[in-house]
Amino acid sequence: MTFDLFEKFDPILNDYNSLPKGAGNPFTVSMEQVLSPTTAIINGRETILAGTNNYMGMTFNQECMDAAQEALLTLGTGTTGSRMLNGTYNSHKKLEDTLREFYDTKHAIVFSTGYQANLGIIATLAGPKDYVVIDADSHASIYDGCAMGNATVVRFKHNDAHNLDKKLARIRKNDPQAGILVVLEGVYSMLGDQAPLKELTRISKAHNAFVLVDEAHSIGVFGETGRGVAQEQGVEDQIDFIVGTFSKSVGTIGGYCVSNNPKFEVLRLVCRPYIFTASLPPSVVASATKALELIANSNLRAKLLSNSRRLNNGLSQAGFEMGTTGESPIAAIIIAEQNTAITFWGEMIKEGVYVNLALPPATPKKLNLMRCSLSAAHSLEQIDFMLEKFILVGTKLGLLQDMPKRVLA
Amino acid sequence: MYMTQTVDEIFEQICKIIAPFNKKNIPITKDSLFSVDLELDSLNVMDILSEIEDEFDITVPLNMLPDMETVGQFAETVKQLLSEQ
Ligand SMILES: Cc1ncc(COP(=O)(O)O)c(C=O)c1O
Repeated sequence: MTFDLFEKFDPILNDYNSLPKGAGNPFTVSMEQVLSPTTAIINGRETILAGTNNYMGMTFNQECMDAAQEALLTLGTGTTGSRMLNGTYNSHKKLEDTLREFYDTKHAIVFSTGYQANLGIIATLAGPKDYVVIDADSHASIYDGCAMGNATVVRFKHNDAHNLDKKLARIRKNDPQAGILVVLEGVYSMLGDQAPLKELTRISKAHNAFVLVDEAHSIGVFGETGRGVAQEQGVEDQIDFIVGTFSKSVGTIGGYCVSNNPKFEVLRLVCRPYIFTASLPPSVVASATKALELIANSNLRAKLLSNSRRLNNGLSQAGFEMGTTGESPIAAIIIAEQNTAITFWGEMIKEGVYVNLALPPATPKKLNLMRCSLSAAHSLEQIDFMLEKFILVGTKLGLLQDMPKRVLA
Repeated sequence: MYMTQTVDEIFEQICKIIAPFNKKNIPITKDSLFSVDLELDSLNVMDILSEIEDEFDITVPLNMLPDMETVGQFAETVKQLLSEQ
């Protein structure tokens, strides 16, 4: 026995302490200056940002910055209140109106982060007698929403419609009246694969389940007007709740849930992660509102996906083992050894490219990933620079030995 | 078809399901702890749970996982769930 609350973390601390010190440590890096959506000064050198979620390059959009600045100067730095008490300004309502318009839904609720949106919606909707059925590869915020609520939690194999059907059928057999919430993601962020929403929603509806789709990585990126994968796959009318975030393509912070359910607004009275936290500051609300308007009418989606295909194809042709296919803005290579992955990351940052090191348990199938998220703001030169550095480091670390010379030349 | 099975029979079944995850072929007993003895992390255990659900045609809520640290406890839980059907 021990009284030390920290003892349980000793194995993690040991791993952490064995990481390279200084510039090569992926968990201590910071940006000295941010120059643009795709470049920053890190360790004193100009570095390409290849791992942000700045899909649309919105963080430095002039109209968004102007809107944020005006709100800052007229409404102040923060609301110091929750949405329920003091913290709802007209601009929060306007942001919700903008979301309703963007999604063409009857209702929209804005949260302070996407993480809290998932916590709030999942934990509140699914009560003690209900079931939440989640994809095995769900984001931490979905797992945590399940842990926070009192529903029975069941997990189905990633993107496996047949397995979902089995799990739902079993629940229905024992509990014909149960409320069931099926939680899916439009794009799974680690490997960038889309959910087959048509199949999964058809099965969910056949068992009278509600469907929630988290479009965190797909808002702005997919669909005719950027609503996400549900729009892209033409199944929006089958989906009861869409959750999303402003922290990626929208370029700021905040989360939301939209729905056509006639009783949806009651959530404002019962959803604790909505009530017991401060509302978004006015500048954030203003830039999110502007960015949504821009995204709906933007032609940057094609550019973003063509950027992603360029990097994915380049990495694949160079002979890396690929985790992604280029169907989303994510480009990730798989590295067998964790230590090699950590070294790879350190070499890349020294070469002036900041990618994401993604390790288990955050990754599916225990993969070690060097993961890039592309931006529509990346230039072709920047992508080719990333590629050149990937090949340089990959060759140095012996990951590309069997490569045909013509690719390396 | 599993309704009349004993805990021992269920345990044997579960061992078969665990086998592919047990990369080092560590001998499994009812007291084997998933985390310590079998060196399996929580994701492995969730995957095993999912296969057990499909094998025995039952729902084992994820919420029950914290109370199931050993293979034997898994078998007991399955027996219990089968008898409730
Ligand atoms: C699928 C998914 N849902 C929710 C979130 C949380 O978003 P936020 O950054 O707004 O908390 C993320 C972000 O990492 C995500 O990937």
